[in-house]
Amino acid sequence: MKNASIGSYILRRLLQTVPVILGVVIVNFLLLQLAPGDLATVIAGEAGGATPEYIAELRARFGQDQPLYVQLLNYMGNLLTFDLGYSFRQSAPVLDLLLDRLGPTLLLMGATLVVSLSLGIVLGLLAALWVKTWKDHLISVTAVLLYATPLFWVGLMLVLIFAVKLDWFPTSGMEDVVAFHEGWDRVWDIAHHMVLPTVTLSVFYLALYARLMRASMLEQRGLDYVTTAKAKGLTDAQITRRHVFRNALLPVVTMAGVQTGSLLGGSVVVEAVFAWPGLGQLAYQSLFARDYNLLLGIFFLSAILVVVVNLLVDILYVILDPRIRLG
Amino acid sequence: MKSFNARFYGNPRVYLGLIWLAAVVIVAVFAGVFAPRDPFAIVGQPFLPPGSEGFLLGTDSLGRNVMAGLIHGARTTLMIAVLSTVAAVAFGTVLGALAGYYGGIVDDILMRLTEFFQTIPWFLFAIVLVAILSPSAMNLVIAIAVVSWPPIARVVRAEVMAVKAREFVQAAVVAGQRDMGILFGQILPNTLSPLIVTGSLMVATAILIESALSFLGLGAPGQMSWGFMIGAGRSFLRDAWWLVTVPGVVILLTVLAINLIGEGLNDALNPRLADL
Repeated sequence: MKNASIGSYILRRLLQTVPVILGVVIVNFLLLQLAPGDLATVIAGEAGGATPEYIAELRARFGQDQPLYVQLLNYMGNLLTFDLGYSFRQSAPVLDLLLDRLGPTLLLMGATLVVSLSLGIVLGLLAALWVKTWKDHLISVTAVLLYATPLFWVGLMLVLIFAVKLDWFPTSGMEDVVAFHEGWDRVWDIAHHMVLPTVTLSVFYLALYARLMRASMLEQRGLDYVTTAKAKGLTDAQITRRHVFRNALLPVVTMAGVQTGSLLGGSVVVEAVFAWPGLGQLAYQSLFARDYNLLLGIFFLSAILVVVVNLLVDILYVILDPRIRLG
Repeated sequence: MKSFNARFYGNPRVYLGLIWLAAVVIVAVFAGVFAPRDPFAIVGQPFLPPGSEGFLLGTDSLGRNVMAGLIHGARTTLMIAVLSTVAAVAFGTVLGALAGYYGGIVDDILMRLTEFFQTIPWFLFAIVLVAILSPSAMNLVIAIAVVSWPPIARVVRAEVMAVKAREFVQAAVVAGQRDMGILFGQILPNTLSPLIVTGSLMVATAILIESALSFLGLGAPGQMSWGFMIGAGRSFLRDAWWLVTVPGVVILLTVLAINLIGEGLNDALNPRLADL
C-alpha cells in the first residue's frame, strides 16, 4: 500500500469528522438555550440576588442580548478555540476541570478495553471451538446473564462482596491520597483501586465481544477458504489459528471501536459508584450542582474523544486489513 | 418446516422469559391491588431484614416496604421503557422508511443524521437531556427514545430497500398508488418481523437506561422505580445488603426475560439464522 494513499485517506476521514463535531456544537448550543436560567441569572443568583438592570448589563456583557444566530456563531468560535466557558460552581474554567479529569477516565477506559477485548476474544474463541458442548453453553449462558445486568448494580455487588465482606479491594477512589505513595508504590496503589471499577465496566463488553467472536468464528469456519485450506492438507488447528481466528477478529475490532461512546457513558455510572475521579464523576457532580456549562463541556469533550477513537480504529483497520480499498 | 408457534413456544428459554415477564406485567398493572399503600409510606421499623414478619423483603432506611417499592417500581419502569420504545420505533420507522424508499439525497441526509446519533456518547446525551429538560417521566421517555431510535431506522431502511425491488411493489406503482400508500400499505407490513425483534430487545435496553438514570438521581420524581431504590440503598450497602441486591436481581431477571423472548422471536421468525 502506498503511503500517499494512506495520507489522503486520513485527510478524507478527518474531513468527515467535521460535520459530527459541528453537530455536537449545535446540539450543545440548543441544549444550553433550553436550560433553565441563563448565565446572567446564575451569576446574579450566586451573588445573592441582583437588580434587573444588573442582570441586563450581565446579559449584554455575555452577548446574550444578541440575535440567536450571532450567539451560535460566538459559541462555535469559543468551542473551536477550546474556550468551553467558566464553571461558577467550581470557580474554574471548564476546560481546566475537564483536563484534570481526563486522565483517570482514559486510564479506566483503556484498562477496560484491554480486559474486555482480550477475555471476550478468548472466551468467544473457546465457545466456538467447543460449540454445542456444555462448556459452550456455560459461556453463552454467562454472557447472556452479564448482558442483562445493570452496570451500576454489578459495581455495587462487587463492592459488597470484595470490598465490604472480604476486604480485598478498596471501596472507592483512585488512590490512597493520605498515604502519599510515590513511584512504584503509587502505581501499585492505583492498580489496586482500579480492579473493581475495571471489572465492573468490562463485564458487559466482555459478554458482547464473546458472543460476537463466537458467531464470527462459526461464520468464518463455514466459508470456502476453509475447505480450500483443508484440501491443501492443513490441520484443523492450523486452519483455526492461521486463517479463521484472524478473519474472525475483524468484526470484534470494529465493534470495539463502535462501542467507545457507550463505554464513556458506562464510565459515568461506574465512576459515580466508585467515586473514580474522572469525567464521569465530574458529570455526576455537575448534575447535582445544576452546572449545565460544565455538563455540556463534558459532553462536548466526550464526543470529540469518540470521534478521535473512531478515526484511529478506522486507520488501524486499513493498515491491518489490506483488502479494504481506499478508493 | 415447523410453524412459528411451534418454534417460538417450543423453546424452553422463551417459556421461562414469558412466565417472568407476565408476572411482572400483571404486578405492574395491578400494583394498587398487590400493594395498596403508597410505596413511599413509612410502614415499619427501618432496616428490617428480608423475612421479617409482614415484610417479605424487609424495609429500607426509612422503614418503607421494599416489596411495595418493587411492585410500584415495576409500573414506573415498565411504563417508561414501553413508551420510550414505542416512540423510538415510530420515529425510527418513519425515518428509515423515508431513507430506504426515496434513496439518493434524502437517504444520505437521514443516514448521516442516524450515524451522528450513533457516534455521540449516547448515555451521556441522555443524561444531559434529562438534566436540562428537568427529570420527569415524560422527559425520561423523550431522552430514552432520542438515544434509542437509530438501530430501528437502520433495520427499517435495509428492509424497505430490499422489499422495494419486489414485484408486488412495482405492481402497486403501475396501478397508480401514491408513494405514502405504497410505503405504508405495501412495504412496511413486510418489514414487520425484524422490527418486532429489534423493538422487543429495545424494551430491555430501555429498562437498563431508565434504571441507570434513576440510579443517578435523574428518575421521575415522586415515582418509585427500581433504579431509584438501588440509588437510595447504596449508602447502606454495609448494613442493609438487601436494599441494593433485591431490586438489582429484579432488573436483571426482567431484562433477561425480555432478551430471551426477543431472541426466541428472532429464531422463530428467521429460522435459517437460528443455528448461529
